[in-house]
Amino acid sequence: MFAEAIEDILRDQCTPAAVRTIEAGGSPAALWEALAGAGFLDLLLPEDAGGAGLPLPELYPVLAHFGRYAVPLPIGQAIAARALVAPGTSLPAGLLTLAPALRRSADGSIACPLVPFGTLAQHVLAADGDQLLLLSGASAQRSAAGVHHSQVATLTWRDAREAERLPGDAAALAPLAAALHAALLAGAMTRVFEMTLQYCNDRVQFGKSLGKFQAIQHQLSVMAELVAAASMAAEAAFQADGRTPRLLPAAVAKARASEAVVAVANTAHALHGAIGVTEEYDLQLLTRRLHEWRMAHGSEDHWNRIVGERLLAADTSLAEFVRTA
Amino acid sequence: MSQLLSAFRYAALPEATHAFRAEVREFLRTAWTPPAPQVRARSWMGFDAAFSRKLAERGWVGVTLPKEYGGASLDAFSRFVLVEELLAAGAPVSAHWIADRQSGPLINKFGSEAQRRFYLSRIARAEAFFCIGMSEPNAGSDLASVGTRATRVEGGWRLNGRKIWTTNAHHCHYMIALVRSSGEPADRHKGLSQFIVDLSLPGVTVRPIRDLAGDAHFNEVFFDNVLLAEDALIGNEGSGWEQVNAELAFERSGPERIYSSIVLLEHWLACLRASPDAARHAATLGRFATHLATLRNLSIAVTTKLVRGESPIVEAALVKDIGTTFEQEIPSVLEAVLGAEPSAEVDADLLATVAYLVQVAPTFSLRGGTREILRGMIARGLGLR
Repeated sequence: MFAEAIEDILRDQCTPAAVRTIEAGGSPAALWEALAGAGFLDLLLPEDAGGAGLPLPELYPVLAHFGRYAVPLPIGQAIAARALVAPGTSLPAGLLTLAPALRRSADGSIACPLVPFGTLAQHVLAADGDQLLLLSGASAQRSAAGVHHSQVATLTWRDAREAERLPGDAAALAPLAAALHAALLAGAMTRVFEMTLQYCNDRVQFGKSLGKFQAIQHQLSVMAELVAAASMAAEAAFQADGRTPRLLPAAVAKARASEAVVAVANTAHALHGAIGVTEEYDLQLLTRRLHEWRMAHGSEDHWNRIVGERLLAADTSLAEFVRTA
Repeated sequence: MSQLLSAFRYAALPEATHAFRAEVREFLRTAWTPPAPQVRARSWMGFDAAFSRKLAERGWVGVTLPKEYGGASLDAFSRFVLVEELLAAGAPVSAHWIADRQSGPLINKFGSEAQRRFYLSRIARAEAFFCIGMSEPNAGSDLASVGTRATRVEGGWRLNGRKIWTTNAHHCHYMIALVRSSGEPADRHKGLSQFIVDLSLPGVTVRPIRDLAGDAHFNEVFFDNVLLAEDALIGNEGSGWEQVNAELAFERSGPERIYSSIVLLEHWLACLRASPDAARHAATLGRFATHLATLRNLSIAVTTKLVRGESPIVEAALVKDIGTTFEQEIPSVLEAVLGAEPSAEVDADLLATVAYLVQVAPTFSLRGGTREILRGMIARGLGLR
């Protein structure tokens, strides 16, 4: 229900033109208002706290839509953050993102490296050991990642006193952000696959459409397999009774979806030919994000290692570990 | 969204299967002594009629067949759990495997009442073992070009031709063979029928073929004027192609397409846990776990469709292709891991298991439809063909 309502808004407001405008530094206010103003920030809050009481499994399709439409704002982060803070703790209504890491220096400064939407976030929620810190984007020194049209930035604060401690579940931030990005990846990969399939049906060479060539067909089949696997892994991470995904399913999701990125993006570009790498064609809006999200909050190298360490330390067989993860 | 991709939605196994899983595990713990890993790695290639009969005594052969014919009337979820536990343990299930997985369901779906009565209870008692009669020397991936021919004679059919790569034909009682019953090879899918061939009949010769690992599980089977009774025909004459494709959906969708190398993975894990430098392999090990977790969920999604009575042919092909890729990757990665330190001592069982699986792994993406055939089927499912 919410997924359909949100997709309607995205189709109307989060057009490729709107994505390009915001990426280029245009105002995010209209799109943010369309999403946050419609009450979607409180999707996960219980109904008696004024939210929609959305169960975690139903959050997955919502987040996948954000990936599919390459939403250039931290709306997924802002929705997810409300599941991290303790009930009754309010968060600011503005652009709020999640930090993948937080480093304290001896001089009292704080740094959050490579924060998604760090270029424009008004607030940053970070895990500082077992505590949640809310930091102000306005008082941060923003150092953009330096990648063309990327919204990733490293943020530093000279004075740690700027941070506000919030009650909540700091340990859940990393799995939640990993699952969130797996869902974004699944949504974006599905769209990339559909665009590629359509292009191969439309584009004619040697007197027939590309999709009639067996070499092309098999590449599309493999792409479908990878997207199916990434989507299944991402969806599985949201099958929890609690407010946030559990560590192992989130790790599986982010590892599997991230690993699929390279082959999916490469095949999409290979089959599109040169038009796919032009600024005017929409494929780049998605494939640039696929690579960015692959690394965000830990690539497959990070999450595979965590799964492996847990498995080594467990006292079950691998098959049972996987089944009960 | 593409219809094929939207078919893969997460589904959990029903609660009722948890107690059943515990029963299966208890059975394996008490009724079976696991041999060395390189033997267990054979699993659904490992023949042990006594083990199959023990399973049958528990009612666990032909579990999805109706109770009135001797089955257990359990759904595909229960079969998934049973098979998952048997394969994860590396139990020798090949004697009853084909009958349980596809011949029984095929007879139940397309057979006559008399055929159901005759064959299904024998299958469920592990007294009738079946093999698959599809490939021929000149018909592999191009299955519709089969040349074995059944000709009408007084009171039945006369069968001539040969089948090949027939796993366990030398141990089996019956083969369900896809043969031409009318027309010419050029008629392709038309004029094909399926017959239940009693392998003890005069004119049937079974010749074993030894494989590169030293095993002799597959065979060449010759039919020289074999006289078949009228009721050897299963389903309708001329419907062989449709029937064989329904059969292949059963054949391709199960957990055996993801667990073929699991015994190796488990033994490697046990070795790592006893080793001081396990940590440096954590990411490699973890990656296999993330892949298996995802494949398992994909396979359960296909099983959900089987339970609903659908025939998820393309979905099964997709899962099989990813699954066999995973099964093949495990021994190939571990070969590199074991050879990474020339001076290090290598566990002998681990080495033998890696070697066995590396040798037979090419068959993972041949049996049940080659990788290329499956990718063609997926492309058709995507509307490209």
